[in-house]
Amino acid sequence: MAAPVVELRDLWRTYVLGGHEVHALAGVELTIEEGAYVAIMGPSGSGKSTLLNVLGLLDRPTRGTYLLGGRDVSALDDDDVSAERGRRLGFVFQNYNLIPQLDVVENVEVPMVYAGVGDHEARERATALAERMGLGARLGHRPTELSGGQQQRVAIARALANDPLVLLADEPTGNLDTRTGQEILGLLDELHAHGKTLVVVTHDPGVAARADRIVRMRDGRVERIDVNRPAGATS
Amino acid sequence: MIGARARRLVRLALKSLWAHRLRSLLTALGMVFGVGAVVAMLAVGEGASRDAQQQFLRLGSRNIIVRSVKPPESTSASATRSFVVAYGLELSDVEVVRATVPHLARTAARRDIPSDLWNGARKHRGSVFGVETSYREVTNLELARGRFLTDDDARTKKNVCVLGAAAAEALFPASDPLVGSVRVGGDYYGVVGVAARRGTAPASGAGASGEEDSAVFVPLAAALERFSPLIRVQTSGSRSAERVELHQLIAEVSGTEQVTAAARALRTLLEQRHPKGDVNVVVPLELLEEAARTKRRFTMVLAFIAGVSLLVGGIGIMNIMLANVTERTREIGIRRALGARRRDVVLQFLAETIVLATVGGAIGLGLGVGLPFAITKAFDTPTAVTASSLVMALLVSAATGIVFGLYPASRAAALDPVEALRHD
Repeated sequence: MAAPVVELRDLWRTYVLGGHEVHALAGVELTIEEGAYVAIMGPSGSGKSTLLNVLGLLDRPTRGTYLLGGRDVSALDDDDVSAERGRRLGFVFQNYNLIPQLDVVENVEVPMVYAGVGDHEARERATALAERMGLGARLGHRPTELSGGQQQRVAIARALANDPLVLLADEPTGNLDTRTGQEILGLLDELHAHGKTLVVVTHDPGVAARADRIVRMRDGRVERIDVNRPAGATS
Repeated sequence: MIGARARRLVRLALKSLWAHRLRSLLTALGMVFGVGAVVAMLAVGEGASRDAQQQFLRLGSRNIIVRSVKPPESTSASATRSFVVAYGLELSDVEVVRATVPHLARTAARRDIPSDLWNGARKHRGSVFGVETSYREVTNLELARGRFLTDDDARTKKNVCVLGAAAAEALFPASDPLVGSVRVGGDYYGVVGVAARRGTAPASGAGASGEEDSAVFVPLAAALERFSPLIRVQTSGSRSAERVELHQLIAEVSGTEQVTAAARALRTLLEQRHPKGDVNVVVPLELLEEAARTKRRFTMVLAFIAGVSLLVGGIGIMNIMLANVTERTREIGIRRALGARRRDVVLQFLAETIVLATVGGAIGLGLGVGLPFAITKAFDTPTAVTASSLVMALLVSAATGIVFGLYPASRAAALDPVEALRHD
C-alpha cells in the first residue's frame, strides 16, 4: 500500500451564521494514498466544496488534524500556508481562473515565481509544460484568445508547475462541451497514469466513474467510499 | 535576487497598468499637473528671487544709498510762498557724513540735471550726472570703452564726459564717440569714455530703471559750477522750482559686518540734519534680507499648494486603486491559491501605485521644466529650475505612491482567498 499524502483526522469546519453554529464539516476522516484518483461527490450543502477548500489550504479547519505529505498543516501561519499551497498543491477550477493580462507561458509561470524559481528556469519549465498540454502553438496568446478547452489545459499546466503532491480539481469539465470535457478527462487520466495524486470534486457520475474511489459526502461527513478499482491499480 | 524581484514587480505593474491604459493615464494626470505646477512655480519663484538678489548686489551689498526726496507739500509751508522748494542733500551733509559716520571706506555724491543732450542735430533726452570720481568704483560701473573721470578732470573742471550706453547709441549711431563731443546747453563736453550697459536698475535703489544708461557723467565740480541747482518744474498750469544741491550720496562701508552699524549712525545723523524727512536712506543689504524673507514666505506658500495638489493627485490614485482592487478581487484569489503570500499581494499593488505616481511625476517634471522655459520666452520673466526641486519632486511623487497605495494594497492582501475566488 502506497504512503498516504493526505490524512484528515476528525476535521471540523464550523461557521457562525446569525448566532447559530453551522458545521460545514463535522468530523471528516479521510486518507488519500499517493497515486490515488479520488472523486468527491455529494449534494449541495454536503460540505464537498468546503472539504476541497480545506484540502487546498484556502480555508482552515476549525478543529482536527490535516497532514499533508506527513506534515501537520492545520496550524501553520499564513506565510507558511501560502508556501505549502504554492509548492505542494495544484488547483484546477471550473472556470479556469487564468490571469487575463498574462499570456499562456506567463500564466503557467505564476506558481514558480511565488515559489522563488529563477526567471530563466521558470520560463523553460512553463514552456515545456504548456507544450506537453498541447499548447505549443498558443504560447504567446492571452486567455481571451483561447477556447475553453485550451484555457483548461493552461490551468492544468499551471497546476503542475511546481510538481505538486496533490492536484485538486473543482468540476474541471463543468464549463466544457462533452467532447472537450472528454479530452480534459483524458489528460487527467494520463496524469494519473504517471502517478499523480488527483482529487476531483464533481456532480457528474461520468467524471466520477474515472476515479479509483468515490468519496460520498453528506451533512459534513464522509457517508461512504465506493471503490471503482483497487487502489494503486492503473486502468 | 532583490533586483530581479523588483524588476519583475515593475514589469508586472506596467503590464497591469497597460491593460487599462486610458484609466492609468487619467489617474496619472493628477500627478502630472501637480508635480508640473510645483516645479514650474518653484522655477518662477527662484528666478524672481535671483533677479532681485542680482539687482541688490549690483547696488553693492556694502553700500548705503542716501537719496534726496521731495517732502510732502503740506509740511513745507514756505514752498507755496516762494515757489521754490529747497530740499535734499547738501554738500555740507557730505562733509559731516565723511567726518562722523564710522566704517565708511569711501563715498560718491551725485547731482542730476535733466537735460537734452546734443551731438550736432541729434538730440537725446537724458540727464547730466555730476559725480565724484569715486562713483565708478563705488557703484561698480563698468566701462565699454575709454576711461572714467579722473581726479585731474575734477580738479581742472575740464569739459569732459563719460557717456551712458543708451546715450552713446542715440548720439553716435555711426561715428566713434571717443573723438566726438556732447553739447549741453551752451557747453561742449569731450567724450573720454563710454559706460557698459547697466540694464534695469532696481526698483528701490539708485533710481529709475535705465537712468544711468541715458546719462552723461561729468565731474561733480564742473556740474556744480555750470548748472544752477534750481530746476524748473512745470505742473498743470502752476509754475514752481526745486532747489536740490545733491541727489544721491552712495557710501561704501568697509565690510559687510559693519553695514548695520554704519546705517544706524547715518540715519541718526540725517534725522538730525533733515527733520523734514527730505532724505531717504536705502540699505541694499537690508533689501536683500527682506527679499530673502519674502522668498521664504513665498516658498512656504508654494510648498502648501504643492502639498494640496499632491494630496489631490494621491487621493485620485488611491480611489482608482481601490476600484482596481475590487475589480481584480478574483485575480488576487487566484494568486493566493497559486502560492502568493499577503506580502506578495501588497508589493504587487504597491508597485503599481508607485510606478503610476512616479511615471506621472516624471512626465510632470518634463512639464515643469518646459513651462518655465515658455514663460521666460513669452513674458520675459526670469525663471530658474533648480536640480534640488527636480529631485524633490520625483521623491515626493514616489512617496505619494507609497502613502496612497498602502491602504488599497493592504485591503487586497487582507482578502480571504476563498471569498476572492468566488468573486465575479
